[in-house]
Amino acid sequence: MDQLTDPAAVAAALEATGYLPDEGLATAAYLALALHRPLFLEGEAGVGKTALAHALAEVTGRPLYRLQCYEGLEASSALYDWDFGRQLLHLRAAEAAGTATDAAELEAGLYDRRFLLARPLLQALEDSPAVLLIDEVDRADDEFEAFLLEVLSDFAITIPELGTVRAQTPPLVLLTSNRTREVHDALKRRCLYHWLEHPDFAREVAILRRRLPEVTETLARQVASATARLRELDLLKPPGVAEAMDWASALHALGARELDPDTAARTLGAVLKYREDGERVRAAGPGVLFGAG
Amino acid sequence: MTQPPRDVVTSVLGFARTLRHAGVAASPERVAVMLDAVAHLDVLDPVAVYWAGRLTLCGGPDDLDRYDAAFPAWFGGEVPRARASAPAVRPRVVRSAPLETGAGTPDGEEPDDLATRASGAEALRHRDVGELTAAERAQLRRLFALLAPAAPMRPSRRRRPAPHGSVHVGRTVRGALRSGGEVTRLVHHRARPRPRRVVLLVDVSGSMTPYADALLRFAHAAVRARPTSTEVFTIGTRLTRVTRELRLRDADRALAASGQAIPDWSGGTRIGEVLKAFLDRWGQRGTARGAVVVVCSDGWERGGAELLGEQMARLRRLAHAVVWVNPHKGRPGYEPLAAGMVAALPSVDAFVSGHSMAAFEELVDVIEHVPTPAAPPPRVPAQGRPLQEDRDAC
Repeated sequence: MDQLTDPAAVAAALEATGYLPDEGLATAAYLALALHRPLFLEGEAGVGKTALAHALAEVTGRPLYRLQCYEGLEASSALYDWDFGRQLLHLRAAEAAGTATDAAELEAGLYDRRFLLARPLLQALEDSPAVLLIDEVDRADDEFEAFLLEVLSDFAITIPELGTVRAQTPPLVLLTSNRTREVHDALKRRCLYHWLEHPDFAREVAILRRRLPEVTETLARQVASATARLRELDLLKPPGVAEAMDWASALHALGARELDPDTAARTLGAVLKYREDGERVRAAGPGVLFGAG
Repeated sequence: MTQPPRDVVTSVLGFARTLRHAGVAASPERVAVMLDAVAHLDVLDPVAVYWAGRLTLCGGPDDLDRYDAAFPAWFGGEVPRARASAPAVRPRVVRSAPLETGAGTPDGEEPDDLATRASGAEALRHRDVGELTAAERAQLRRLFALLAPAAPMRPSRRRRPAPHGSVHVGRTVRGALRSGGEVTRLVHHRARPRPRRVVLLVDVSGSMTPYADALLRFAHAAVRARPTSTEVFTIGTRLTRVTRELRLRDADRALAASGQAIPDWSGGTRIGEVLKAFLDRWGQRGTARGAVVVVCSDGWERGGAELLGEQMARLRRLAHAVVWVNPHKGRPGYEPLAAGMVAALPSVDAFVSGHSMAAFEELVDVIEHVPTPAAPPPRVPAQGRPLQEDRDAC
């Protein structure tokens, strides 16, 4: 953590974990650490938004807390909840033991920290310093964004019965969005914003080689170039890096050392997830994947 | 934090001003963060300054292109990182999406004057609502003031207190703790209904000219009724999002603003291509998912009708229900013969006319209680002809 003093150092540390960032992403990660600002990441599915959080947790040696968003996500499953069962039990036990003499004291005892169930946001503040990943925030609804505002600006959660829990060191927060919905400006204003692109050819080859060392250099290059061609085809879902990795490992599992039209056709399902896309590529013939040559 | 030198501050403030002129909402708060970011980086390194500004001042993909244009204009030199993948990646969400002007194949099967009026050339004209006669305008205003589009509802995962329904454990136990641990009263809650998104796609091509104005007024009434859950796009030779313009309170001003925004008013039609653009850039990402999508068009398609058929099938798999409004359907003896219409109808849940006040009232009803094969309608609209087919995997 101490040695992450400029973007290049962050890039080098990330590379050591197997995540290869470009310059913009390294700067974004460095500024998020230096300014204690949440980093809001957008981009096509499968460009490595979630993977970045895992890599940063490894680099900084901090624990990672992940909150997967969905519609109807409530404070009780994102921030904290009271353990009602234990509270009742405590009350009954106090009654049975005859220690329930002072009502006020008993009530104060009920809202003790040990009866509080910490959910990811509270966990990330208590276990400071941490990395907090709020994944696919666009899937949550407007109401949930309001919960996030206090957490992201003050790095604190106010629990009426207990007081305010504040992180000693602000957590490194990453929010990801697939842009299925426009996230409210009040939330974006508090964040650094970065749009993740598909990697260029050289970087994609490097990523494949790094993450899948068992795959041959030739295969990695061929998969990267075929994936890049597929992205230009105006498909329903252009493949991301995640799909390229799936494809390369599928090819490797079949014992392929090179990409040939036959194995490519058989493993297309690893990289194209729509029937229409698959048909389109099959109809266009192997030239689409292998270029003119 | 070390304060950046004075000339850096001046320079950054000037840049922020340039950026605001270019349309990026670089608020003072964001500029302060940029100064903070620059202080953490090497001020003399243009690349570092580029990224510091881009990460802090931009708020969405639309801003990035404007930023990339404004940066060299202010600081001089090149944008440090040329977009390696500029044409390759899927185009970003843009408000007005131009399509390539392909030479539409002349369609010999389409007879009569309407086909000739639907020209493939894009007429980049601005719509002037002042062309309407005063009497017509007054009539339209009266007509649309009476419309009160109600949104279709869907169950949500948010809950609210209710006399019946599942037990809210937290509130019940909190009540019990107050009365010494004795559960005396069960507190219930149940799912709260939320408005379902309504997406209106209004054809503004030449052949729809007599109806486009009325349809946009209808869209305005719908947006005013549910500003956050209604989206309006116009289709012609381009896709244009006019939701923002239609949020203006006054109907005439809203229509004038959208007239300014629509570059292809009374031009040709390429519904298939434009529908594809809509689905690629908006629909599949979420705008059409679970929504009631209303396509207002006469179905005169310049391009091949197969593309339209494909895209309509795709739309139906994403949407909760698809309604097609064809003003010509109101004519006596109308048969859906236009190639586009024939291709689209298998993927349409309700096919209605939209040519008169009665038809618009009916449309309001259909949008609210649209019949889908999964759930039969609570009440069948008077004239709406619900098409019942098998629906594949929805």
